[in-house]
Amino acid sequence: MRIKQLLIGITASVIAVSSYVEMAIADLKFPMLVYRTGAYAPNGIPNADGFVDYYKMINARDGGIGGEKILHPECETGYKTQVGVECYEKNKKDAMVFQPMSTGITYQLIPKATADGVTVYSTGYGRTSAANGKVFKWIFNAPVTYWDGASIAVRHILKNNFGNIKGKKIALVYHNSAYGKEPIRTLQVLSKKHGFKLMLLPVDHPGQEQKATWLKIRKARPDNVLMWGWGVMNQVAVKSAASIKFPMDKFIGIWWSGSENDVLPAGQGAHGYKALTFNAPGDNYQVHKDIKKYVHDKGQASGDGSHFGTVLYNRGLFQAMVQVEAATVAQKIHGTSKITPAMYRDGMENVNLSAKRLEELGFKDFAPPFKNSCENHGGSGLAAVQQWDAKAKKWNLITEYMYGDSDVVQKLIAEDSSKYAAEQKIAERCN
Amino acid sequence: MIYKETGQYKSSYKSDHAIFPLLQDKIAFSTLMFIAFLIIPFVINSYWEKAILVPFLIFSLAAIGLNILTGYCGQVSLGTGGFMAVGAFSTYKIMTYFPDMNIMIIILISGLITAAVGIIFGLPSLRIKGFYLAVATLASQFFLVWLFNKVPWFYNYSDTGQITVSERTMFGIPVTGAEAPSYATYLFCLVLVVTLSFAAKNLIRSKMGRSWMAIRDMDIAAEIIGVPPLKTKLSAFAISSFYIGVAGALYFAVFLGAIEVTESFDIMTISFPVLFMIIIGGLGSMLGSFLGAAFVVTLPIGLKFLMVDMVGLSAVTAKHFEITIWGLLMIVFLIVEPHGLARLWSIAKEKLRRWPFPY
Repeated sequence: MRIKQLLIGITASVIAVSSYVEMAIADLKFPMLVYRTGAYAPNGIPNADGFVDYYKMINARDGGIGGEKILHPECETGYKTQVGVECYEKNKKDAMVFQPMSTGITYQLIPKATADGVTVYSTGYGRTSAANGKVFKWIFNAPVTYWDGASIAVRHILKNNFGNIKGKKIALVYHNSAYGKEPIRTLQVLSKKHGFKLMLLPVDHPGQEQKATWLKIRKARPDNVLMWGWGVMNQVAVKSAASIKFPMDKFIGIWWSGSENDVLPAGQGAHGYKALTFNAPGDNYQVHKDIKKYVHDKGQASGDGSHFGTVLYNRGLFQAMVQVEAATVAQKIHGTSKITPAMYRDGMENVNLSAKRLEELGFKDFAPPFKNSCENHGGSGLAAVQQWDAKAKKWNLITEYMYGDSDVVQKLIAEDSSKYAAEQKIAERCN
Repeated sequence: MIYKETGQYKSSYKSDHAIFPLLQDKIAFSTLMFIAFLIIPFVINSYWEKAILVPFLIFSLAAIGLNILTGYCGQVSLGTGGFMAVGAFSTYKIMTYFPDMNIMIIILISGLITAAVGIIFGLPSLRIKGFYLAVATLASQFFLVWLFNKVPWFYNYSDTGQITVSERTMFGIPVTGAEAPSYATYLFCLVLVVTLSFAAKNLIRSKMGRSWMAIRDMDIAAEIIGVPPLKTKLSAFAISSFYIGVAGALYFAVFLGAIEVTESFDIMTISFPVLFMIIIGGLGSMLGSFLGAAFVVTLPIGLKFLMVDMVGLSAVTAKHFEITIWGLLMIVFLIVEPHGLARLWSIAKEKLRRWPFPY
């Protein structure tokens, strides 16, 4: 009896599986690698919601990109590389662009996507030297790289110290992974140039255990602390800094360590904490009004809709906007609305988001203008410093968007990318 | 009567010692090999390769390795991730030092290096047993991962601590790197797994395997009848680590291509899942290693396929279900069939033997 039932079950599932036919894809496919579970979910959720809401808004308001609807299948990675590979293999067919949202998965996809001819857009993360379009044909990391970020943070510290930080101590608290290690090289070069002492404090995944790290900071009393953190590590760091009474305005996070989720748990203690950003906070831009009108008011908000206008949600909007804009540009270049992945790459390479274009898209003053080119996949390299106001529970921009130390950064990018080109036997393009 | 063994006489020592003494088993096994070697390579695509078959083969190898140590020799180990990292980093270092060496040789040497490391970490097993040994091997997991992250020599002083594979070929066809065709990486892993499985199966049937099992069943009794504990335990550690090292080398060079030690060889991504594989598959069973690896590798993908692509749940809801179902299945397995899938298979064989009147 039981075997009979089992057999019926097996036959039924075999029929079900074989009758499953892949949906015909006439639309533009923007697969999403998200993590709404795991240690990095607090940051992954708002970001993914931003993406989905923007895609939905474009589909509802404009009927898609040039008449082609956007498909945005989600694949849950849990920030795990192996799952990321599975998601990529599953969705790569006809995919326009992958946004891995993880440095580990980005490194994984760089050779694969290059071989498969799929664009990877790692917005302000991933491999910094991918900014060199001569070597990395399919990889983009505009508008700003970690090495820009490191030098912008140092520039901000310089400015607050009247241009002289000789003999000062700067500590870097970083996620002990490829992501967190990215800025070290740049900071070492800068420490030689400006004469500050660099202290390296790694924090292991997932970052809940930081007692030893902050004890060291308490003992060594660095003048400034920089942080490359993600997920739960950010909250713990901000809380720990507050509890050892480290002056919060001397504590600067990278743009992935500056969202509401990271500072709210520390309460008033987080007041004055600074972080870099390449997009503005707030929810009263034109794009927000459109999303309210076309998506949220129809009850179609992604997730629970509670992240509307937060830092990472806004960043999701920005990332999605660049990806959609690349498709628009590609359609213009090739004169067809039905673009292929190869055409899409051309579009991404020719993205030119001037102030005027940003305004047309509903992003006026939301982010500094930038453009890609054949040589430059790294965008403008502009970022600003924002500061947390714990009383108003609000991030405020406190500086203009500024450039990093491009002499240092460009040299390092050329060095690292030529090393990669030699390893992988890639001939330089754009000559 | 489907699985009929009456009338199959063994008339020579050779046939009595065969790995598959029954005709039915021989047929089933040859069919499986026929499909694996001559059909799958022609129909494989990159999804099946990267998401299912290659990880399945690699984890089978790791599970065989751990099964030798835990299932056959009774030494509990939680250091699988660390030993796989040794295999991966040895491969990387040898690859960069000797750019012209054949990849197969590199991978086997990496296995030998891991075996040496395994012997060192196996030394405490002579004094401590059971849970205490598990904790000692756990220390090796953390130590090795920390070492590969801390000492820049291991990752050739790269800025990010990532190690990346470069292209290597077998018979002129690339088997590592992004350009490697699906059938090549699959066949490369398959050849290694099949050869090493045969080796393991025969080792287990040899004097060495019997002494492992003697130690597992009762170490004092084994010592009294003349099984040397030092040699036996350390040989189990060495051979187990060899298999795990080869698995780690393949995991890095063929499967992922770029690896970061803290993430890829984490205790939650490797050590525990491989332990689950041998528990679910069956401790002390070769078949169990394969069944367990297949179960652990395909279950999440199967559940995802069922819930997201068929039923249409959102990716995150499906993930939550997956985590819950996974936990439930572990509990159910341990209660209903503590001897694992291999035991289920032998029950099924019993039933087939008595077909059509099983009881």
